[in-house]
Amino acid sequence: MTGMTTPSENVGFHARRTARWHAGEVVFWIVLIGCGLLFPSRYLIMTEILRIGLFALSLDLILGYAGIVSLGHAAFFGVGAYAAGLLALHGIVGEPVLALLVAGLAAAVLGFATSFLVIRGVDLTRLMVTLGIALLMEALAERFSNITGGTDGLQGIVMQPILGLFEFDLFGKTGFWYSVAVLFVMFLLARRIVHSPFGLSLRAIRNNPLRASAVGIPVNRRLVAVYTLAALYAGIAGGLFAQTTQLASLDVFSFERSADLVLVLVLGGTGYLYGGLIGAVVFKILQEFFSTITPQYWQFWIGLVLVTIVLIGRERLERWVMFVPRRAMRALRRSKAEGGGAT
Amino acid sequence: MTLALQTIGLEKHFGGLNVTRNLSLNVEAGARHALIGPNGAGKTTVINLLTGVLKPNSGRILLEGRDITNTPVHQRVLRGLSRTFQINQLYADLTPLETIGLAVSERSGHGGDWWRRMGTRTDINDEIAENLARFHLLDVMNEPTGRLPYGKQRLLEIAVAIATRPRVLLLDEPAAGVPESERHDILAVVANLPRDVTVLLIEHDMDLVFSFADRISVLVSGALLVEGPPDEVARDPLVKAVYLGETPMSELPDV
Repeated sequence: MTGMTTPSENVGFHARRTARWHAGEVVFWIVLIGCGLLFPSRYLIMTEILRIGLFALSLDLILGYAGIVSLGHAAFFGVGAYAAGLLALHGIVGEPVLALLVAGLAAAVLGFATSFLVIRGVDLTRLMVTLGIALLMEALAERFSNITGGTDGLQGIVMQPILGLFEFDLFGKTGFWYSVAVLFVMFLLARRIVHSPFGLSLRAIRNNPLRASAVGIPVNRRLVAVYTLAALYAGIAGGLFAQTTQLASLDVFSFERSADLVLVLVLGGTGYLYGGLIGAVVFKILQEFFSTITPQYWQFWIGLVLVTIVLIGRERLERWVMFVPRRAMRALRRSKAEGGGAT
Repeated sequence: MTLALQTIGLEKHFGGLNVTRNLSLNVEAGARHALIGPNGAGKTTVINLLTGVLKPNSGRILLEGRDITNTPVHQRVLRGLSRTFQINQLYADLTPLETIGLAVSERSGHGGDWWRRMGTRTDINDEIAENLARFHLLDVMNEPTGRLPYGKQRLLEIAVAIATRPRVLLLDEPAAGVPESERHDILAVVANLPRDVTVLLIEHDMDLVFSFADRISVLVSGALLVEGPPDEVARDPLVKAVYLGETPMSELPDV
């Protein structure tokens, strides 16, 4: 014991506790970097996983924290992708990092403008409004094919070196480490935000909007803010897509992209930031695994996995999976304590 | 006499149903005012009108002399009008520490801070600790609210409202649903609310009303029937008629 702690110090300690880095998180990022070093032949698929992870992180911000469901998140992904593609194609902003930021901001503008439509309704209305906006964007991209390249997409995107230093290479090595860096920075930012009073107020709104407004939380303003932020994230994910694949075509807006995203996030779990990243890994592995066994019916199996997870419940699954590791940890701790170590 | 809360000719209709009729309430600063009435008298509607959850069809609401008729819910709270709910409205996933922390953060204007981590401001921590201690919630401050015993949740419900530092507090049946064993704690908390906070109590329980209130308004069918000090209200033949059911049913429409 460390002598006397006042209730106030105690409150501060426990309030800051959730924001502290856990050992598991450090392990996660080390493993991620380790994968990059160990499997150089897999850069392309790993880059795709990172991109989906960042995109799912975006959805987690609105769904997991603020409770806004969306079936049209591809709208922002698409705007980011086209923005990054066009900026590179026409040499407007050559430097990729800066271009990525601009792409994110472009998506954020659309996010802000449409947020007022989205926050009005409840779940079903929100599903329809978000879906509608994505379809609208897709139709617009098709209509203005002189700019977007229509079904062929943007052709001949050539990327300049990142920060003027790192050239994109054929094997996707630069693209991968670039994506790792972007994901990590965006993750740190999201982590900071969700552990702030602002982030906590989002969780309060998801839990009980009536009570949230009854303690003085400006519910609508907070929802607009987080929706705009999520659009920024999705735009950056889309920009990353265009930059690392040198491609942007109509399917960036596709309904499947939005729907798969919800699937990814539900696989990984909502409301703890890692769900999207873990979900992206699981989704890709399942997709590869099932499509090698049954190339035609892999979606059937993914669907089955999803239904199982939702029905059994993540908490119960976690308890089953973690049963042995938890026991081992407990035994370890006990033997350590008996070993006479002062803690 | 200074009025903490005042309504002038408040009207609310739901379709053809008049749930609040020409209601003019005067709640004096520092008062312990009770609003009573039989089931269906429209008490909860009045609370919803006062807090801004519902918009009146006509009439005005003044908080300490300032018109708040069109002020949004959250701004009324920041101006000093807070409430508790008849049925607990809490955050099941959040702990009492987080729940109170949010209320204090918003009140002090730091609720929108997005770069600062929770728990890093000593002044806010002090205030959270003070509120938790006053409502005997320090020992359960890290439990998810959904898992707390009902009595503790009820205390938290009042604690959240107080944490916003209201000038006027609306208590909607504070002891509703609380088991007999925990009832005493709630009543003690209600009795010990700071004197500078004006309280409007909406209550069913006559024992609680008459032990607590220094002024009572009786609401029947959405309209004010009688207003006065407790002994006067208790003697009033109209009130007796309403509560003992001696009034012909035709005079009590939507009951």
